[in-house]
Amino acid sequence: MRGAGRVALQFVGLVVAVFWCIPLFWTLLTAFKSPDDPDALTSLFAGLQPSLQNFAMAWQSASFASYYLNTIVIVVGILVVQCVFITLAGFAFARFEFRGKNILFTLFLLQLMVPASALIGPNYTTVRSLGLLDTKVAVMLPYVASAMGTFWMRQTFRQVPRELEEAAVMDGARWWQVLWHVYLPAARPALSAFALVSLSIHWNDFLWPLVVTNTPKSQPLTVGLSLLTQMGETGAQWSMIAAGTWIVILPLLVLFLIFQRQFVNSFLQSGLK
Amino acid sequence: MGIKRATWRAVALSAATVVALAGCGGGATAPANQAGNTAGGGGTQGGGTVTNLTFDFPVAVSGPIAQKVQALVQAFNDSHPNIKVTANFTGDYTSTMTKVQTAFKAGSPPDVAVLLSTDLFTLKDMGAIVPVDDLASQAGATDWLQSFYPAFMKNSQADGKTWSIPFQRSTLVLYYNKDLFQKAGISQPPQTWDELVADAQKLTKPDGSQWGLEIPTSGLTYWEFQPFAIENGKNVVGDAANKVYFDDPKVVEALQFFVDLPNKYKVEPKGLINWATAPTDFTTGKAAMIYHSSGSLANILQQAKFNVGVAFLPKKEQFGTPTGGGNLYIFKTTPEKEKAALTFAQWLTSPDNAAKWSMETGYIAVTPKAYDTQAMKDYLAKTPQGAVARDQLQYADKELATHEGQQVQQILSTACQEALTGKKTPEQALKDAQQKADQLLSKYSS
Amino acid sequence: MASAVADPAVPASTPSGRRRWIRLQPYLMLLPSAAFLAVFTLWPMLKAAAGSLFYNDSAHPQPEFAGFAIYQSLWVDPEFRQVLANTGWFILGTVPLSLVLGRLFALLVNQPGVLSPVLRAAFFHPVVLPMVSAASIWLFLYTPQYGLIDQALAGFGLGQVNWLGQPGTAMWAVILTMIWKQVGFYMIFYLAGLQNLPADVYEAADLDGAGAVRKFFSLTLPLLMPTTLFVTTIAIVNAFQTVDHLYIMTQGGPNNSTATLLYYVYQQAFTFNDFGKASALSAILIVLLILCALLQNWVDRRVHYQ
Repeated sequence: MRGAGRVALQFVGLVVAVFWCIPLFWTLLTAFKSPDDPDALTSLFAGLQPSLQNFAMAWQSASFASYYLNTIVIVVGILVVQCVFITLAGFAFARFEFRGKNILFTLFLLQLMVPASALIGPNYTTVRSLGLLDTKVAVMLPYVASAMGTFWMRQTFRQVPRELEEAAVMDGARWWQVLWHVYLPAARPALSAFALVSLSIHWNDFLWPLVVTNTPKSQPLTVGLSLLTQMGETGAQWSMIAAGTWIVILPLLVLFLIFQRQFVNSFLQSGLK
Repeated sequence: MGIKRATWRAVALSAATVVALAGCGGGATAPANQAGNTAGGGGTQGGGTVTNLTFDFPVAVSGPIAQKVQALVQAFNDSHPNIKVTANFTGDYTSTMTKVQTAFKAGSPPDVAVLLSTDLFTLKDMGAIVPVDDLASQAGATDWLQSFYPAFMKNSQADGKTWSIPFQRSTLVLYYNKDLFQKAGISQPPQTWDELVADAQKLTKPDGSQWGLEIPTSGLTYWEFQPFAIENGKNVVGDAANKVYFDDPKVVEALQFFVDLPNKYKVEPKGLINWATAPTDFTTGKAAMIYHSSGSLANILQQAKFNVGVAFLPKKEQFGTPTGGGNLYIFKTTPEKEKAALTFAQWLTSPDNAAKWSMETGYIAVTPKAYDTQAMKDYLAKTPQGAVARDQLQYADKELATHEGQQVQQILSTACQEALTGKKTPEQALKDAQQKADQLLSKYSS
Repeated sequence: MASAVADPAVPASTPSGRRRWIRLQPYLMLLPSAAFLAVFTLWPMLKAAAGSLFYNDSAHPQPEFAGFAIYQSLWVDPEFRQVLANTGWFILGTVPLSLVLGRLFALLVNQPGVLSPVLRAAFFHPVVLPMVSAASIWLFLYTPQYGLIDQALAGFGLGQVNWLGQPGTAMWAVILTMIWKQVGFYMIFYLAGLQNLPADVYEAADLDGAGAVRKFFSLTLPLLMPTTLFVTTIAIVNAFQTVDHLYIMTQGGPNNSTATLLYYVYQQAFTFNDFGKASALSAILIVLLILCALLQNWVDRRVHYQ
C-alpha cells in the first residue's frame, strides 16, 4: 500500500467508524435530557441537563440492583461449570480411543447445529417439570455443557506434544496431575478466549431468561431492560429508557475497552478458522 | 411428562374446588370452609394467624406507579394485621399474563393479580380463577358487587357469574390542542366523524410538520379500531365468548373510514402509529388531536405547554368507545386465601381508595361512589378534563374478549394493519379475519 | 486403544481395578457434559417432534392426539408461509451484507497505524452489547419525526418515514439493526483470516508487479474463502436464532411482516399458549438448522478437496 492509498483507507475507516458509534452517543445524549421538556426530543441539543435524574428514575423503576447481581451470578456460574466440563470432555476426546466415541461426538455436534434458543419450548417444559421456574439455575442449565468449548479444548489438547505427557508420567504423575500441570497451562489462551466469548454471550442472552424467569429474584439485566421499554399507558419515556440502556451496557463496554486486545488476540490464538 | 402431571394436578385441584364451591354455593356452609373462615379470621386458632397473599401487578415503565402500588399494599397490610400482601411487579400486561399462566401450570399461581379484563376467558378456561359472586355472598358483600359502573362489568362477567373485579379501567378519549384549534379558528372539538375529518384537514400542514390527528395503530390495534365499529352501531363482539362480528357490513364500513383517515383524507401519518409515541407527538405539537387512553391524562397534562382539551370520541350513529384496562382476579388457592384476597379486592375498590388510585394514575374510578368523595370533587374542580372519560362511560361497550382471547385480538389487529397498509381491502381483511376467528372459536360451545 | 496414562507407582495389588478405571475414564470424563447435552439438546428435540403430534392448547387442556394434523394446518396457513418468507428475507438481508461489511471492516482495521485499535473498538462494540439494548437504541433512532434518522432526513429536506410502521420498511429496519450489531463479530474472523495469509505468496505477487487491487481480488478473496464459508454458517444460524430485537422493536408486526420462525414459536408457546403448534414449529426450525449444518459440512469438504 502506498502512502496516499493508505491515508484514504484510514479516512474511509474513520468516517464509517464515526457512523457506527452514533447510536451509542446519541443514546448517551438523550439520557441527559430533561424528561419534562417537550422540545428536548425534537432537536439535538435542546433540553440537556447536567443531572443524573434519568438514571435515578430508571434505577428506581426497575430492580436494577438485583438484575445486576442475578446477571453476574448466572454468567459466572455458567462459566465455572463450563470450564470444568469442557476441560474433562475435551481431554477425553483428545487423548482417548474408546467405543462409542463417534456417537458421543455426534451428540456434541448436535448442540453446535441446534442452539439452545431454538429449543425454548421443550426446554421450558423440562424446567417446569423440574420445578425450577423463576430460578437462576434454570437460566444456566441449558448452557453448562458447551460443545463449542469442548471442541476448542480438544483441539488445544491435541497440539500438546505427547513427549511432555510421557515425561510427566515417568516422573510418577497421576492423570489429573498430568492434566493440571501439562495440559491446562497449554490451554490457558484457549480457556481465556472461551471465557470472554461465553461471558459476552450469556450476559446478552435474552429469550431463554425471558421465558423462565418471572420476578426480580431471578431476572437478568436484559429482561429488566425489556421491562423498562414496555411502555404502558403513559407513552414513551425516551430519556429514561436511554438511561436504563446505559445502565445495562456500561460495564460491558468498559470491560470490552479494557480487554479489547485480549479478546481479539485470544480469538486469533484459539485457532478457530 | 411434566405437562401431564401439571394438568392432572390442575384437574384435581379444580375438581376439589368445584366440590368445595358446590358445598357452599347452596347457602349451606361447608365445614371445611368454616374452618377456613376461622383460620382466616385468625380469631380462635393460634391467636392471629397471618394469611400471606402474593399480588402480581403489571407495572409498565413508570417507576412512580410501582411506588404507589407499594404504598397501597403497605396501607392495607397496616390496617389488616391478619393478612400480609406481597406485590410482585411483572412487566406489562402481556408478560404478566404469560407469567401467571406459567406459574399456574407449575402449580404456584399468584393469589391475586391485575390482568387485562379481556383475559377473563383464557383464565376461566384454564380453571385458574374463582368466581367472585360466591365469595362475596359468603362475605355478605353482594352490594359491593353491584356498586361498579355497568360498562366495566361487561368485561367482568361470563355465564351469569362475575369472574373479576374492575380495578384500573380506562376508555379511549379524544385529546385536542386548544391553542392550535384557536389558531385554526375552530371553536369546539369535533362531535361527528364528518367534523373530525373537516377539523383534522384544517389542522394538517402539507409539509408533514403538523398532523391533524393521530390514532395509534401499533400493538393493540384492535382496541384502537373498536370505537369506530361501536360508533357505527355494531361492536365486533357480543355477549357470547365464541362469536365475533368482524365481517359485519357496519364493521367493514367502520374500518373503511379508519383506513381513509390517513390514506384518503391524509390527516394522519401513513403507516402504523406507535402507541407510545402518540402522546409525545401531541405534547410537542406535532399532532393536534390524538385518540389515547384516559390513563394518559396525567402524563399529557404534565408535559403539554398548551391548553389541553379532552372530549368524547366523535360519533357516527352514536357515541362509543370500548373500555380497557385491568381487573383484579382471584385465583383458586385455599378458602382462607381466597377470602383474604376478596378482603383485599374490596379494600382496593372502596370509594376512597378507588378515588385515590384514579387521581394518581388517570384511570377511571370504578364506582360512582368514588366520585362522591371530597377528594375527587376537589380534583375534578381543578382538572375538569378528568371527568370526560367517566361521562363517556354511558356509551362505552365491551372490549373484544373471547376464548383464545389474545389470538382473536391479534387476528383483528392484523386485519386492521393489513387494511391500513394497503395489503388488503377492509372487506377482504375482515372476511379473512372472520374466517380465522371462526375456525379458532369453533372448538368452544359457548 | 486407550492412551494408558500408566502409573508405574501403582501398587501391584490392584491391577484389574486399575485397568477397569482406565477403560472407564473417558466415559466418566464425558459424563457431565453428555448428560446435560442429552437432557437439554437431544431430549428437547425428541420432545418437540413428539409434542407436534398432539393438540395442546387452551381448547385442549389435556393433550389430544392429532397425528400430522398440525403440520397439515400449517401447510395451508398463509401466516406460516409469511413467517417462513420473512425468515428467508431476514437471512438474505443480513448475511451477504454482513459478510461484505465484515470483510471491509477487517481490511480497514488491518491497516497498520494508531487508528487501528480505535476502529476496531468502533466496529466491534455493538457485539458486546445485549441485542435488547441495541434494539432499544434503534427503536428510538427509528422513531418518526424525532428519531435521529428522521431528524437527519429532515435536515436534508426529506420527509419523514415511519420506518417500523410499514411492512415495506420494517423488515429493512430490523435487518439494519442486526447488521450493526453483528458485523464486528464477523470482522474478527476475517481479521484472523487476513493475519494468517501466507506472506510468501504475496511476496511472489509483488515480484510479479501486481497492484494492490489485483492482489486483493486474485489472492486475498480466494484465500479468505474458508473464512467466508465458516462465517456464512454462523451468520445464518444467528439470523435464525436472534429474535430479541423483534420483541422490543416490532412484536413481529406490522401485520406479521417481521415475525421470523423462532419469534413465531415464542409467540405461539408463550403468548397464545399453543404448545402443539409451537412444537411443530420448533421441529421445523430444528430440521432447517440441521440442514444448514449438513450443507455447510458438504460445501466445506468440497472446498478442501479441490
